[in-house]
Amino acid sequence: MATWIFYILGAVAVVATAMAVTRRNPVHSVIYLVNSFFALALIFYLLGAPLVAAWEVIIYAGAIMVLFLFIIMMLELSPGEEADRQGPGPLQWLPVLLLGGALLGCTLLLLQLDPAGSQELPNWYASPRDFGYALFHEYALAVEIVSFQLLFAAVGAFYVGRPASRKERSGGER
Amino acid sequence: MIVPFQHLLILASIIFFLGLMAVLVRRNLIMILIGVEIMLNAAGLVLVGASAFWQQLDGQVMVIFLMALTSAEVSISLAMVVYLNRRKKTIDVRAFDELRG
Repeated sequence: MATWIFYILGAVAVVATAMAVTRRNPVHSVIYLVNSFFALALIFYLLGAPLVAAWEVIIYAGAIMVLFLFIIMMLELSPGEEADRQGPGPLQWLPVLLLGGALLGCTLLLLQLDPAGSQELPNWYASPRDFGYALFHEYALAVEIVSFQLLFAAVGAFYVGRPASRKERSGGER
Repeated sequence: MIVPFQHLLILASIIFFLGLMAVLVRRNLIMILIGVEIMLNAAGLVLVGASAFWQQLDGQVMVIFLMALTSAEVSISLAMVVYLNRRKKTIDVRAFDELRG
């Protein structure tokens, strides 16, 4: 049963991601991407990572994608600009499809070559308790470093997004 | 979970290359950032799958670090998108193809 659920969820994730990549309106593609993240979160749960699945929904679908929506609304683009006006034509798609297809084919061939890959995934479940123990005991230093990184990112975002100073406003391109 | 490890890797690589195509072909800055998000998610899928395959927690811990890295990256890059839009009134990448900025 779990096998079928995995394949269905994988198909949903791939289709939703493909729709997200090809939509012209960024808002539509963000919504499709949220759909794809939900499918990925369920796959994480099937793989025995319930806490990571919850964080996938909360952080990715809940926080990051909503941030994207906020920024798209904040930019106040003119209606013609919001979708790229004519979208990328076949001249843009063709080389990318060829190169991407070649790379993907090589990757899949490499995966076929590895005999270890055909082993089945074991039935395994990591309880949130074990996970928290590993995170805050073995990786305590890394957690501190990551928290510093988040602080630096907040400071950087505040610096880059500050209101333009008076000098820039009078002398700049505006 | 009766799925070969291979199938998980195939799923992750398909999603990764979809994200790569979004980065290469789109001209909208927001869509390029969305492509980066898709690629990072595919990497997270591989990490969780490896964690289940070897029955070690390290992969899942690394996914949490990946999420922290993604949120930092997204906050800075979206702030830069707002800044660039304020300067040139567009988020088309073709407007930013010169070093003078």
